[in-house]
Amino acid sequence: MNYKMEINNVNLFYDKFQALKDVTIPIAEKQITAFIGPSGCGKSTLLKSLNRMNDLIEGCLIKGKMLLDGEDIYGGMNVDILRKRVGMVFQKPNPFSMSIYDNIAYGPRTHGIRSKAALDEIVEKSLKNAAIWNETKDRLKKSALGMSGGQQQRLCIARALSVSPEVILMDEPTSALDPISTGKIEELMSELKKEYTVIIVTHNMQQATRISDTTAFFLLGEMVEHNVTREIFSNPKEKRTEDYITGRFG
Amino acid sequence: MSKSEAINYIPFKQKLRGYLKHPMSLFLLILVIGAAVITVGLVAILLGHLLIKGIPHIKPHLFEWKYTTDNLSMMPAIINTFIMVILTLLIAVPVGISSAIYLVEYAKRGNKVVSVIRLTTETLAGIPSIVFGLFGFIVFNTMIFKGYSMIGGALTLSMMVLPIIIRTTEEALISVPDLFREGSFGLGAGKLRTITRIVLPYAMPGILAGIILSIGRIVGETAALIFTAGTIPGVPKALTRSGRTLSLHLFELVQNPQAPTDRYFNAAYATAVVLLALVVLVNALSSFIAKKLSSK
Ligand SMILES: Nc1ncnc2c1ncn2[C@@H]1O[C@H](COP(=O)(O)OP(=O)(O)OP(=O)(O)O)[C@@H](O)[C@H]1O
Ligand SMILES: [Mg+2]
Repeated sequence: MNYKMEINNVNLFYDKFQALKDVTIPIAEKQITAFIGPSGCGKSTLLKSLNRMNDLIEGCLIKGKMLLDGEDIYGGMNVDILRKRVGMVFQKPNPFSMSIYDNIAYGPRTHGIRSKAALDEIVEKSLKNAAIWNETKDRLKKSALGMSGGQQQRLCIARALSVSPEVILMDEPTSALDPISTGKIEELMSELKKEYTVIIVTHNMQQATRISDTTAFFLLGEMVEHNVTREIFSNPKEKRTEDYITGRFG
Repeated sequence: MSKSEAINYIPFKQKLRGYLKHPMSLFLLILVIGAAVITVGLVAILLGHLLIKGIPHIKPHLFEWKYTTDNLSMMPAIINTFIMVILTLLIAVPVGISSAIYLVEYAKRGNKVVSVIRLTTETLAGIPSIVFGLFGFIVFNTMIFKGYSMIGGALTLSMMVLPIIIRTTEEALISVPDLFREGSFGLGAGKLRTITRIVLPYAMPGILAGIILSIGRIVGETAALIFTAGTIPGVPKALTRSGRTLSLHLFELVQNPQAPTDRYFNAAYATAVVLLALVVLVNALSSFIAKKLSSK
């Protein structure tokens, strides 16, 4: 098995509070890894540290190692390049208040692509890959804020794809959406894993079973169990995992 | 459907009965209406007085290019006002916006420098303008420019409007949701690009509101300018010379020893109307721009 990212013995502190305790998870390439666990157990924290979004938080201290293709992401790696390679989709859709086209072109422009033809091509390809091209192709110059929440979230996925990332981090990407939009995004994710490595945080266990290849269960900053998704849900090794997935947690 | 058919319609009689049952709420109602009437009434009286006294005296000779004691023209003062606004904004806006960006986007929370800057701007905001005038007089007139000057006036006014611009820009920046910053950083954009492309455009209506508030302050200011820009009634040949703005022109007309004669007073009223129109125009412009920007 080829590991795209590796999380090795990571401990993370917010000042004195320890949010992650000795977490180790290998992330397989071109697969979907799901993080599940009760609120406050550190799923978002771990996800954000994979593209160093935690750098923005004061008092956040990280120990251990995180690797991308074997390279230490907290070593000499350029943060902007890291974030280009490891993209992110947030819980709440957050399109910029500019046109649909400019939203998608923002990333490529950031990384120096100026030619109109190249940008046009990237915009079309990203929107197609995020399964939202048909809904947007006639209104590319219109504001992105005029779209529905589900469309906005797929636009944000397209925006993340625009810089050709290798890994896509998704933090509860469907929690603000209706079932139909959720279904579309789940379908999309199964498509995405052909090309990208995906890590998704979700509170929806059906969602985890439907889309993910492996699942990691977290509790109070600890990674309790990481296994093939089918195994985790049908045959958990840990009592705590079983309690959680059967809803006996508490 | 007529209004009285609506099930949430309360007939007047019933309302009245309600109020009679609760005399305290009737009393409060009267108080509130009374306060509103007094406020609106005062504004109406003030405006009415000004317009009735001023408009008939708005004559072509008040708009001749050169001021003389014969025509009492306000044209040079109008031009000086524009120069003063532009000059002051050229100084205060870049400094103010940069400071606010530093405070919100760069400085760490709880940073000592931040609290010092906050305290300073708050203190600046509370200083009476005549004190700014005195300070400007000592620094610019006696030490730097050796005499009254437009530039000295603009520098003094800059200090006065800086707190307004910093405050409003700060608030506008803080109101930009972090979601957008994260979205931009998440694509590999740096801090500078995130601020200029994402944060500033979003905050623009708020920043503009602050700038327009400042324009109002500049147009209306007299005390700080008497000591610094001075009261020469013409468009100066250089920014290092004296020139009076419209507010100061009005002040000088009323102050003039001959003012009690009708001629000076009439010109003063006419000037006041133009000054008022200018301020109303600035306000209208601001709400127009704000609407335009926020609907985009
Ligand atoms: N910026 C921060 N400063 C201090 N503590 C934080 C910060 N962000 C998160 N925490 C704490 O770290 C712990 C883990 O938070 P995190 O957001 O990673 O949880 P989560 O598993 O994503 O929860 P949820 O399912 O509710 O999103 C929580 O106890 C939280 O209070
Ligand atoms: Mg979370």
